[in-house]
Amino acid sequence: MDFTRFMNKFNEIERQLSPTSALRLSFDNISPESEEPPDGKRLWGVPVPPFVSDKVVSWIAEEFNEAPVYYNGNCVLKKVENVRMIDRYNTKNPTVGTLYLTATHLIFVEPDSNKETWILHMHIASIEKLPLSTTGSPLLIRCKTFLSVTFVIPKDSECHDVYTSLIKLFQPVSINKLYCFNYQPAKDDYPKNAGWDFFKLEAEFKHMLVPNDNWTLCSMNEKYELCDTYPRQIYVPKEATTLMLISSSRFRSKGRLPALTYLHNNKASICRCSQPLSGFSARCLEDEQMLEAIRKTNPNTDYMFVVDTRPRINAMANRAAGKGYENEAFYENIKFHFLGIENIHVQRASLQKVLEACEQKSPTMSAFLNALESSGWLKHIRSILDTSSFIANAVDKGVSVVVHCSDGWDRTAQVCSLAQLMLNPYYRTIKGFQALIEKDWLAFGHKFSERCGHIQTDAREVSPIFTQFLDCTWQLMSQRSESFEFNERFLLILHDHVHSCQFGTFVGNCEKDRLDLKLAERTFSLWGYMANHLNEYINPLYKPNIDESIKANLAPQCIKFWRGMYSRFESGIHPREPLGDLLLDSKEHCNSLEDHVQHLTKRIASFKNYISKSAKKLQDATTTTTTKASKETTTNEINDNKYNYDKKLSELSAADDDHPLKASNMSFANLSLNAEQASTQTLTEEISSVALDWKSMRNVTTCSCSTPFDQFSKKTHCWRCGEIFCERCIDKNVALPGHDSGKPVPVCRGCHRQMQKQSP
Amino acid sequence: MEFADLIKTPKLDGVFLHTNAANATVEGTLCITGHHLLLSARQENTQELWLLHKNIDCVEKKPSMGQNIVMGGIITLKCKDLRIISLEIKYAKDFFNVAASLEALSAIQNPELDYPFFYRPMYSILEDGFTMFRPELEFAQLISGMSMGGASSPNVANISICMPSTSAVGCSSSSTSSIPHPLQNGFALDAAAALVGSSVSACEWRISHVNKDFGVCATYGATLIVPKAISDEQIALSAAFRDGGRFPLLSYRHENGATLMRSAQPLSIQGIKRCRADEAILNLVLGRSKKGFIVDTWGKGKSNTETDLHYSQWKKVNRSIGNVSYPASILDSFAKLIEACNDTGCSTDKWLSRLENSGWLSLVLNSLNASCVVAQCLDQEGSPVLVHGAKGLDSTLIVTSLVQIILNPDCRTVRGLQALIEREWIQAGHPFASRHRYSCYTPHQMRNKNSGATFVLFLDCIYQLYMQFPCSFEFSTQLLILLFEHSYFSQYGTFLCDSERERHELQVHTRTTSLWSYLNRPDVLQTLLNPLYEPNASVIWPSVAPISLELWSELYLRWVIDQRNLATTMAQIQELVTREKELRSQAFKLRKQAMELSLEIGAHGNDVDNA
Repeated sequence: MDFTRFMNKFNEIERQLSPTSALRLSFDNISPESEEPPDGKRLWGVPVPPFVSDKVVSWIAEEFNEAPVYYNGNCVLKKVENVRMIDRYNTKNPTVGTLYLTATHLIFVEPDSNKETWILHMHIASIEKLPLSTTGSPLLIRCKTFLSVTFVIPKDSECHDVYTSLIKLFQPVSINKLYCFNYQPAKDDYPKNAGWDFFKLEAEFKHMLVPNDNWTLCSMNEKYELCDTYPRQIYVPKEATTLMLISSSRFRSKGRLPALTYLHNNKASICRCSQPLSGFSARCLEDEQMLEAIRKTNPNTDYMFVVDTRPRINAMANRAAGKGYENEAFYENIKFHFLGIENIHVQRASLQKVLEACEQKSPTMSAFLNALESSGWLKHIRSILDTSSFIANAVDKGVSVVVHCSDGWDRTAQVCSLAQLMLNPYYRTIKGFQALIEKDWLAFGHKFSERCGHIQTDAREVSPIFTQFLDCTWQLMSQRSESFEFNERFLLILHDHVHSCQFGTFVGNCEKDRLDLKLAERTFSLWGYMANHLNEYINPLYKPNIDESIKANLAPQCIKFWRGMYSRFESGIHPREPLGDLLLDSKEHCNSLEDHVQHLTKRIASFKNYISKSAKKLQDATTTTTTKASKETTTNEINDNKYNYDKKLSELSAADDDHPLKASNMSFANLSLNAEQASTQTLTEEISSVALDWKSMRNVTTCSCSTPFDQFSKKTHCWRCGEIFCERCIDKNVALPGHDSGKPVPVCRGCHRQMQKQSP
Repeated sequence: MEFADLIKTPKLDGVFLHTNAANATVEGTLCITGHHLLLSARQENTQELWLLHKNIDCVEKKPSMGQNIVMGGIITLKCKDLRIISLEIKYAKDFFNVAASLEALSAIQNPELDYPFFYRPMYSILEDGFTMFRPELEFAQLISGMSMGGASSPNVANISICMPSTSAVGCSSSSTSSIPHPLQNGFALDAAAALVGSSVSACEWRISHVNKDFGVCATYGATLIVPKAISDEQIALSAAFRDGGRFPLLSYRHENGATLMRSAQPLSIQGIKRCRADEAILNLVLGRSKKGFIVDTWGKGKSNTETDLHYSQWKKVNRSIGNVSYPASILDSFAKLIEACNDTGCSTDKWLSRLENSGWLSLVLNSLNASCVVAQCLDQEGSPVLVHGAKGLDSTLIVTSLVQIILNPDCRTVRGLQALIEREWIQAGHPFASRHRYSCYTPHQMRNKNSGATFVLFLDCIYQLYMQFPCSFEFSTQLLILLFEHSYFSQYGTFLCDSERERHELQVHTRTTSLWSYLNRPDVLQTLLNPLYEPNASVIWPSVAPISLELWSELYLRWVIDQRNLATTMAQIQELVTREKELRSQAFKLRKQAMELSLEIGAHGNDVDNA
């Protein structure tokens, strides 16, 4: 169908119907995984809400009576054939394929290689129509995930269609149009509320033993009256009076008064706030008292640090606008420090230059290093780490720190969370890291909608603040790999979904926004999704609690360029044998084998038990019926065997410290094994259900479904047969009879079928 | 000359040692012997510092003045293993004596006074590293296979006969005994390929002793493998045509039969226009294939190349490893790199600009690039390639050896790497003694023009390959670091002298111990293996995008930035891999046991029923 004509007609209809046309809404509501409504009134495969009259539906259907096109269950709005996809290293032989535009994705399919490129509309950062070439009109699409592709579409009109519809789709005006409000995960995955209740601010603070003698929960922000970008529960010094809190809040930009975010085990704390409205000379006695109250919560030192993360010159400039920084002369017992992290605009420009450095055509080593240097990206990363280290060191030495920048939601969020990451091993676990994000980014407010460009916004508000936080975490990880429970993939998935808006987690700018939007009821949580994929995020080299606090090495030689993030989709440039994946795979294989060993050990124990029992039975029987001679031989035989087994078993239990052999002995003894259970067939089944050897990950280029594997595609072993499959082919998780734990594990379709056949 | 004459202060108490890694200072007694500097705190559980004088690259004296007289001072020793240490000495006389002794001892030029000639290993040598990789053994299959009726009979028996050293290894380490001979695989396949008639080249080879007194080429070995149809006279003629007599010599033969040759640039003396013998060698190598490639690694205009007229079937390709005119330029670049690495206090911008300015990573990138081009010609085009560049002692060797690592899986084993270094560097006449006399800390003006860091560049390139294919190498990066160190200073004779000829004259092979003899001891070897190794029979094509290169911090930053994380990581990887293997065999055993038991229960069940 002619897309432009359709859109024109559509807009016409929309005007005729009503300004808030339900049809329009339903059009936006197409989601890839959505199921058909039971009483299916449908228009081009799109479910039509009940309140749209049949007349309208039939009229439209008559006007445009073409059959709808589908791709992979997604209704296709536009299909263009003979499109060439050009990536940077492959300009000479572009791949030719078909481009599908759906309501949520742009999909490029290469028929020859079976390869698909999916681009989520929400991930698109910019769309650019390049000058017409001989082969067609090129469309350059850059994504927030740092994927950059050019599609050359043969007809200019078609290119224009795709362009205009993408422009409409990729960045909604209203926050209510974000992907998360339509997103439906695959059927039996997990319920909608999963993940929303994983983290409670009270629990996180309880973790730090707050409230206590020095810190108390302040109830004044229950209705967000004190500060609407803060959480409802804020923790303040016990000494702080209502007047102090109100005045301090008024004296601070956006009302973001000093509040506790982290209490170390030595009573030193990190508090965060925004800049004071001090101008050139203004004072606020209560704010000064407030800081003094914070200092007093830590009796170990007679001073504390106030860290302004901005460069001095920026802070000075703010004074002219009636803002500024604390005057050491007015605030008693503070040591004031500027630490020089540049503002969001500098960071945005820097990232832009990094991407240019990555996209150089036929680059030389010098050109790349020069471009990297002039981008200043590593310098900024280092200054963030430097500031965070300063805070972490101070707290480690027992000195409390109050941190702010301008509004206290960008640089402050970065350095507060990184300092905690360095100080406390809890935050270096998967759960802890999520809690840290919940606390310092989501609860205390960070303008995700603007910084990540979720909705149409001033381009000057976009900035890679969260990306930098992940980058700094990666730097720490690469310096101290054994201290982190999670791996690089975890950070990348986080980065993807901060921008995808597939989940409600990062939608909105503060706790209040999220409540107002009723995200917990209307959307899915990323944490719920992640909980289902935890095994992918494990760092196989993690050693829990290896030390309490870690220190970053800030030498410039140690700050590295994160190739895995910014050049993630350049498949040619990464190590050909990715260590992380291989090791994670080994780890999983170990888990499977361990579980299997556990099971076998129990089985053997129960067999043994059965044998000795039946031997007794036999003995009883023989004493009554058979001759003495035969009895002797039987017992001898059994005894011989028993001796052997005992020996082997003792070896085993020595090898495995915590296996519950004794307990299981008891339970199995009571079970009174029957002959059926002990049959060789059951055992064979159990044994054949666990793969002893897993196929080597190396040199596997395609899945059995002929989907080619590339650098970033997840390869999964079937725990039953040990073969390797792509994500789509291995969607079943079942418990294997050969495993002791009965934990559901990934199994390929073929094995799944076989298992069902075996146990009808 | 006696060492004693040079040692003015053999022993001195109360010396303070400062190292640049940790800010720890150790007080101890300094001893100076003929070959070592020794500093010991004379306490239990403290590490002693042992330093070979040959490790010292540069001695810097900083006297401390008090009332216009010298009151002792600090001697800073900058070492070839990149470490910088300082000795603080209290009295002026001692200070000057120690400094003078160290300067004199580290400057000894006579190779016969080197430590390897004095060192006697405390262990019995299982196999002699000096005889392990003789060319007639290395190319055994090629020579014997051809002479015994040509390519039609890939005589496997020959392999074992010709290589007693490998088959006799029989040491306890399973990994060593399973390593195939470095070239065995390639040539076996070659013979098979010849059988089906897909081979492009049918050049036959023989052993020539034309260079037995090193008269034809001073830097080549005494035993050489040359095309069978070329006479010794022709070789002498070709040698006269090439710089330093380095005529085209076989370096590697790929499994598809394509040969890799290396030589020096042709001489451009007035009058010499062409050399028919030289052309004959190349034409024979060309065989039935239509074209070959001559790759110049030294850059256009900086070295001579063959005329198009007389080598019409050869396509000339320029793949310079960098903008270098002398081997010393590589050292200059290395020195700038290390200087930048040692300055951990500078800004990020400064670091990046100094890293760029050193040009080291560009050299690495270009070397890899040139090697990939050559490897592609061999593997994908099946064409013979001749690599040269200036004297053919530096960039040429980097390229020919990297090509083999990329193409030949055997070169990625411990023994294969040893054989490769022995063939392509030591026997090929890379002047280790001259290149490594001075290293990066010697001030530029004091180095001579024969200094270089070509071998370090080569090791860095292997490191890059390693980073991209961490499971395809049998050895760990520790072996590369070990090679780096031993190529500068060692108790072993392997890297001594500039050429076979000098080694022959000094009888290095009989008077010293080979590094390989040490490395191949099972207990030593065990520490240098890569836990993730999984033999990879295919060609490894690396990425040569600038973004793919990584600074070898494990080597360049090891004294300035804590590298413990790397060690822990490696230990944990080892642990994980071992655990996987153990669990697998445990599960296997248990399965067997469970099966036996269940069968027995079945039998018993019957017994009971019967009863």
